[in-house]
Amino acid sequence: MSVRRIDLVGFATGAIIAHPMRSALTSLGVVIGVAAVVMMTSIGLGAQKQVTSAIGGLGSNLLIVSPGASRGPGGGFVSQGAGTNLTLTEEDAKALGTLESVVAVAPSVRGGAQLTAEGANWNTRIEGVTPDYLVARDLTIASGRMIDEAEARQGRKVAVIGQTVATSLFGDSDPLGKRIRVGTVPFEVIGVLASKGQSGFGQDQDDIVLGPLEAVRSRVVGKRVKGDNVQTIYVKAADADSLDRVQEDATNLLRERHRIRQGADDDFNVQNLASITEALQSSIKTFTGLLAAVAAVSLLVGGVGIMNIMLVAVTERTREIGLRMAVGARRTDVLFQFALEAVVLSVVGGAIGLVLGIGGAMLMAKLGNWPTAIAGWSVPLSLGFSMLVGLVFGAYPSWRAARLDPIEALRRE
Amino acid sequence: MIEIRDLEKLYIMGEETVAALAGVTLTVERGELAAVIGPSGSGKSSLMNILGGLDRPSNGSYHFDGEDVGDMADDALADFRSRRIGFVFQSFQLLPRLTALQNVELPMVYAGIEPRERRERAVAMLQKVGLGERMTHRPTQLSGGQQQRVAIARALANAPDLLLADEPTGALDTNTSKEVLALFHELNAEGLTVVIVTHDLEVAAEARRRISFRDGKVVEDDHGGSRRGKS
Repeated sequence: MSVRRIDLVGFATGAIIAHPMRSALTSLGVVIGVAAVVMMTSIGLGAQKQVTSAIGGLGSNLLIVSPGASRGPGGGFVSQGAGTNLTLTEEDAKALGTLESVVAVAPSVRGGAQLTAEGANWNTRIEGVTPDYLVARDLTIASGRMIDEAEARQGRKVAVIGQTVATSLFGDSDPLGKRIRVGTVPFEVIGVLASKGQSGFGQDQDDIVLGPLEAVRSRVVGKRVKGDNVQTIYVKAADADSLDRVQEDATNLLRERHRIRQGADDDFNVQNLASITEALQSSIKTFTGLLAAVAAVSLLVGGVGIMNIMLVAVTERTREIGLRMAVGARRTDVLFQFALEAVVLSVVGGAIGLVLGIGGAMLMAKLGNWPTAIAGWSVPLSLGFSMLVGLVFGAYPSWRAARLDPIEALRRE
Repeated sequence: MIEIRDLEKLYIMGEETVAALAGVTLTVERGELAAVIGPSGSGKSSLMNILGGLDRPSNGSYHFDGEDVGDMADDALADFRSRRIGFVFQSFQLLPRLTALQNVELPMVYAGIEPRERRERAVAMLQKVGLGERMTHRPTQLSGGQQQRVAIARALANAPDLLLADEPTGALDTNTSKEVLALFHELNAEGLTVVIVTHDLEVAAEARRRISFRDGKVVEDDHGGSRRGKS
């Protein structure tokens, strides 16, 4: 005996279709709002993923020990002036290797290098390392072999080169056994690293040359690093769970070895990549939340636009409302009809905004080289949210329509 | 069928209370065709609104087939209008966006009737009022007389017990008025109870019963009258 709900949906959509231009403009606010929210969250999510992969690219379960004072928890990833006062030695590295749950310790020195080979020129980074470097940094050899322990200690002039260096210097020909000059010092290429691609920070991780620690320190890096000093010690823990303990043990061990008195500052810095990732993630999350909140404001403005037009519609259609009541519509039928109209307007707007937002995010990723990632939950969330906007802002106009006195309404011109 | 007793409708205007209906007692039997006449402001429209369940009386009682309509809540009143009453207005009150068919279907939508049955009944109603050829036209594409026929078809859609017409010929020319009036008599002859509110004495003259209003009261209730028309 009462109206079928589907017929009320039909009335609502019929009214929307009757004024296509007005309906489109009314929905536009929600379209823009939802598109903005979706795009902002995709940018934030993309940045989060990139940070994870960027830091993960350095090696998993990794601690990076560098000389210089600690710069507070989590922060200070960018080392300032490290190397000006070198406090770490190969002996420190050896000692760190005795700690529990440590699977690899890789001391290293590094410097810039001008390479020449067969007439070709290339400017890159060179790192003096030991065989464990591969394990610590999660690298693999594509062809040839890694520098061995003896070569590392004795300062033999052999090198393992990255893919970018290999193609830049040798093109398609096999670089194994070829000679390259690092500055003026000749090295023999004994291996090529498997490609790791672009790092999250936009750095080409294949643009690198690895040489034996001793040879690079004495012949390439030169005066800045003396004796058995090293610039960085990579410490790889067995698993993520033991990372924190290893960090603590390493700090204690180094303080002891460096004879640092209780209460005095460390003269080195042990960084835990996991905690850095976490800190960066949380700051990106905050930033993303802020952006999304700003975008959500435009969604609210869109809701106000819907309310405005719905109020106009109720005034315009007063006689229609009166007539509907006269032929048997209950007040709730009128209420639902107008509420549905507002909800359909905003949900359709939300759906269009969702498509535009996803498209915009993909376009940004493609054209702007800006990392974006679309969250699966953004689909139900934005549709649900636009529905809520329609309900909230459609409520008052619908209530006005339902409260009309049918006699007055029918008399309205 | 209709029993009203001591019916009052009061409006408060500022500090004054105006009685649109000042104690009306009236019965209308099933199958009657009654004209309610009187000058404007005499209370005939107020009576019509209460009879149709669009308004509630301030005092007095209104029973329809024994049902107490005067005390019904909003939803019950809406259902009462849906099941029992068919309205015909002076200004037709067709929805301009809808076709003749859709306008006729409207009351059936609120009665919860399935689309297929709605369509069948709407077609039958439009054929009955002589608009079988113009079912997909919109109100603006129809003449005044045709629009009023659509409105009558709409009023008949839910097979009401009472057809209430408020100045149904007020916006029509003489010939069309006669046609529309003839239609009311035809429907009445088929057993439908019809109450027409009018100040057109010619319209009233055709009714079997004339109820005259003045100042919110019945001043004359003429059951005999000159009988013309088809009944």
